Amino acid sequence: MMLLSMNRRTLAVLTVLVPLAALFVYVALRSGPLTPIPVTVTRVETLSITPALFGIGTIEARYTYKIGPTVAGRVKRVNVQVGDRVRAGQLLGEMDPVDFDDRIASLGAALKRAEAAALSVKAQVLEALARKTYADAQARRYEQLLQTRLVSEEMAGARKQERDTADAGVAAARAGLDAANQASASLRADRDGMITQRANLRLIAPVDGLVTARSADPGTTMVAGQPVVEMVDPTSLWINARFDQLGVSGLSAGLPVRIVLRSLKGRELDGRVFRVEPLADAVTEETLAKVVFEALPEPLPPIGELAEVTVALPALPAEMIVPNASLQRVDGHMGVWLIQDNTLHFAPVKVGATDLDGQAQILEGIKSGDRVVIYSRRALTARSRIKVVARLEGVSP
Amino acid sequence: MISLAGRDIQHAWGKFVFTGVGLGLLIGVTLTMAGVYRGMVDDAKALLDNSGADLWVVQQGTLGPYAESSSLYDDAYRGILGMPGVTRAANVTYLTMQVRHGGEDVRAMVVGVVTGRPGEPGQPGYLVSGRRITRGHYEAVADIAAGFKLGDQIQIRRNLYTVVGLTRRMVSSSGDPMVFIPIKDAQEAQFLKDNDAIVQQRRRAAANPLFNRPGVPGLLDAIIASQSTNPYVNAVLVQIKPSLSPEEAAEPIRRWKRLQVYTREQMEGILVGKLIATSAKQIGMFLVILAIVSAAIIAFIIFTLTLGKIREIAVLKLIGTRNRTIAWMILQQALALGMIGFVVGKIAATIWAPFFPKYVLLVPQDAVGGFFILMVICVLASLLAIRAALRVDPAEAIGG
Repeated sequence: MMLLSMNRRTLAVLTVLVPLAALFVYVALRSGPLTPIPVTVTRVETLSITPALFGIGTIEARYTYKIGPTVAGRVKRVNVQVGDRVRAGQLLGEMDPVDFDDRIASLGAALKRAEAAALSVKAQVLEALARKTYADAQARRYEQLLQTRLVSEEMAGARKQERDTADAGVAAARAGLDAANQASASLRADRDGMITQRANLRLIAPVDGLVTARSADPGTTMVAGQPVVEMVDPTSLWINARFDQLGVSGLSAGLPVRIVLRSLKGRELDGRVFRVEPLADAVTEETLAKVVFEALPEPLPPIGELAEVTVALPALPAEMIVPNASLQRVDGHMGVWLIQDNTLHFAPVKVGATDLDGQAQILEGIKSGDRVVIYSRRALTARSRIKVVARLEGVSP
Repeated sequence: MISLAGRDIQHAWGKFVFTGVGLGLLIGVTLTMAGVYRGMVDDAKALLDNSGADLWVVQQGTLGPYAESSSLYDDAYRGILGMPGVTRAANVTYLTMQVRHGGEDVRAMVVGVVTGRPGEPGQPGYLVSGRRITRGHYEAVADIAAGFKLGDQIQIRRNLYTVVGLTRRMVSSSGDPMVFIPIKDAQEAQFLKDNDAIVQQRRRAAANPLFNRPGVPGLLDAIIASQSTNPYVNAVLVQIKPSLSPEEAAEPIRRWKRLQVYTREQMEGILVGKLIATSAKQIGMFLVILAIVSAAIIAFIIFTLTLGKIREIAVLKLIGTRNRTIAWMILQQALALGMIGFVVGKIAATIWAPFFPKYVLLVPQDAVGGFFILMVICVLASLLAIRAALRVDPAEAIGG
């Protein structure tokens, strides 16, 4: 009886102490440095990947027209509002001509006066010609009379002198006519120039387009070159895209592009690379490219809207592929953790092309079918004890 | 030979175990407190390990980028790459901010990293799920502690980012989870004001006659454009050739680039010695007090356990038991109590440690050290009890 009761008590002690001790050992092993690190693994496959480039950009108009006066002045009227569609040649607005019209009228009057003056000079020429004809005839007659000795040599000489004087009078009158003609031509040119300048105060649409800004209203004083109205050619919208230079190799004109506008999240538009800019942005270290829409979306997206562009590059020949999460840098070498015979080896590798879905080509360092570590619960070292699991704790599938 | 201690423990088994468990929970708290302190230091070290850098290049005269704000031009790394011994240099930005996710805010340290290839300094070393960032914009890799899942859309300032990868133990020195995003986005996020502020800034610039002169068209646009750029980063992380010592590589950068450079040891000194010094001391002080209180309680428990058996001890003395036997019995009981307490404490601490919001690191050395200290305390406490037991008069067994 005594033995039995002692045994029962000992049993009670053991039922508490043994599980406690077991739990303690388990806890000590599980939380200490001896714990194996759970890892997930994958096999190296040989697959073809389709690399792509990702960039962002803003919608811009290829052709922007800033229409304003070429001389300083005041705006007289603006005929269009932002959003108006205008035709080539349409009058968009006008600058105040101030005294332009008066000056044109004054020049017109001056021109008329000069033309009248020219007419009077023309009459003087006729008069001089008439005088010359008479003097010529007189001079000839006196010459004949001199030969027959009917007049004195002195009288004949006087007639000859009169003829020379008449010649000079004609030349002078002709020169006067020339000057009068030139004077009226100059005035006419002045007047025409003034009329052209007056026309230049009219702001005319150079092409069919869309008014995007109306920077001044009637009465505003503008300096030369300041735009009153800005317009774009809406059919020329394109995306000024920027690509990080780190992964831009392969970008070239003509490649197909998927475009996502910020306002149309979830809807992809088709486009293509129009050109890669020869000048890159040295400050932001980005390569610039222009992407055009295959078909312009309707309604037109606002200029300046943010767009994400994904350029699909041609598919590459099949190579060994690992997920980029398995690539790690250890002691300055890029590589992967291989599992061979349940132990870890670090294999330095040469990485080739990568795609946007996280696949990386491996050019050398491993072989197809090798088991590599993708995810691990802690950083790995060559001496780490590992436990291969299907999924790490706390990570939803 | 019958073990007196064993028999006595068996006799009052329930009481003994409950006392041990209670003691164990107290020891568990003490171990956890040590774990909180270790976790704090480990968070700081994790921050340094995760950056994968040998050198930190920061603004001259600052303790940046973790302990102080620091800003460098974002093209400074090009010059650093040319310095002797430097193999890789990458820009990085750090900004602790609220990250919005499904209507809730998560406090996180947003890290802007260069995303060209895996293994660039600053990128997370290993993932637990998903993939690394492949796009140059609007993708994020988040620490699992942030509570995000793969494919989640998170909002940082005004932009939405897709979580493409998850990592673990990537925390700031204050334990906030890290969210890695491409550096261009991070620069923008760091600088970008809210839209109202931007509009007001534009209005102010337009109202300033210096910036909006009638005779200079385009000046205002130029001013506004120059106000909305951010060519700065917080630090440049540098990896060096293994053949060089960090100090050898750091000195030329300090001297010729006129920038402050910290090596791993110096950075650890800054983080542990300056950034978390006060809170670590706070925890340390609490730990000391807790240890003293635990020791006192253990001593009292053993003492009162012995006093509760004073009549039985008197009987033992009466029947001629030797003092040595009695002392040994009390000492054995104290040590057994300590051991049960330690085991329970260790188990309890390990079980509840993962539920703490910040990292609790239970170091085996701490546990071993704690065990020996506990045994010493038990021995000392039992000495008091033994002294009381030996002084008991055997007559008390029959007296009253």
